[in-house]
Amino acid sequence: MADGPLIPRDRSVHPVPLDPDYKTSVVRAPRLPLLSMDATPAEETGPRFGASLIGPLDNNLILNWTKGAAPAIGERILVHGRIMDQTGRGVPETLVEIWQANAGGRYRHVKDSYMAPLDPNFGGCGRTLTDEAGRYQFLTIRPGAYPWPNRGNDWRPMHIHFSVFGHGFGQRLITQMYFEGDPLIDRCPIVHTIKSRAQIDRLVAPLDMGQARPLDFLAYKFDIVLRGLRQTMFENRPEGM
Amino acid sequence: MVQKLDWLDETPSQTAGPYVHIGCIPSFAGLTGIYPEDLGRSPFAEGAEGEVATVTGSVFDGTGWAMRDAMLESWQADAAGRFPGQAGADPKVTGFARFAADADTGEFTLRTIRPGSVLLPDGRWQAPHISLWIVARGINIGLQTRIYFEDADNSADPLLNRIEQRQRVQTLVAKKTAPGQYRFDIRLQGETETVFLDL
Ligand SMILES: [Fe+3]
Repeated sequence: MADGPLIPRDRSVHPVPLDPDYKTSVVRAPRLPLLSMDATPAEETGPRFGASLIGPLDNNLILNWTKGAAPAIGERILVHGRIMDQTGRGVPETLVEIWQANAGGRYRHVKDSYMAPLDPNFGGCGRTLTDEAGRYQFLTIRPGAYPWPNRGNDWRPMHIHFSVFGHGFGQRLITQMYFEGDPLIDRCPIVHTIKSRAQIDRLVAPLDMGQARPLDFLAYKFDIVLRGLRQTMFENRPEGM
Repeated sequence: MVQKLDWLDETPSQTAGPYVHIGCIPSFAGLTGIYPEDLGRSPFAEGAEGEVATVTGSVFDGTGWAMRDAMLESWQADAAGRFPGQAGADPKVTGFARFAADADTGEFTLRTIRPGSVLLPDGRWQAPHISLWIVARGINIGLQTRIYFEDADNSADPLLNRIEQRQRVQTLVAKKTAPGQYRFDIRLQGETETVFLDL
């Protein structure tokens, strides 16, 4: 159970649902206004997952596909950060799931037919629970950029997909992490479904040499903010007040 | 200048993309063995109180095509209207399910316990409902909607009663096709566009 009522979502920070430069969104974006009302118990409660769900290699994408038998090919990186709510409080014990392409830019998915080869030692998904301060970390390889059918020659920048729960179903969020310095970020129509440059920058993880380990891996830091919870004063007001 | 508020903005959403199955339901996507099983395979365990309901449907894009790559999540109360984690909730109801459109037919199936009515903090009752969250390639922020049931009394539901265009209420009501069987189609656009929520 969440600690208080969810504050309404500010949709101006989010991508526009319909963007002609991202062609698939044209037939998949609702055209009518969303129906708003205060969040209800269905949005303020949500699934909780215990530590027993998580296996020892679940947050290690370098080793989890082969169960440690052989490491994935690619540039070794640590991705770490904190999940917090809009007040800046860490969200403890919440599930974070990621998925990504391999070092060549190819997903282990039946629908991905890119000519880059599959890495026999790389699956492409991982998961972890945040600690008591909301922190998480993954060890993985840097995903490659890949081309995709959209406009004539569109490429996705290097990215990792993130799925986060929070403590209420109304906090549910899927997003993508990009890498500092990637010139494809500015050319990507999916990135630019977000119309604010400042908001785009919040999806770009900086290189974090403070967490890199010499002769082993580089590190990137990626914090995520989920919807916040209001304080619980002046609740239970009668209808209409 | 004024004092600075200390609220942070929510992190912007990005589309789940075409390969969301790898991350969220890897066994369904053929990546077996990483996890023992996919998360949210069933929202209840055998022995849960209440009636089992099976909801089948598709997510249609604006051209009428049943999308093959959508992933859905559901969250709901138990048969007595209590959410998991709340006092007295049925321990056999986890309330959460993940399911995807079939890659060949575009049809999804949710087999669950029919939820009870849910009390709001202001004393009003909501009719039995299941919350849905829909993500896919081309959907830039997850879509929230609800499943209500045709054979329940929905007349006093606060959310349904907010829908001004009364014909649109039907887009949130699952149609009974047989005992315990319901059909619930989601339409992203068009004359019968589903009511999506900003909750
Ligand atoms: Fe991707």
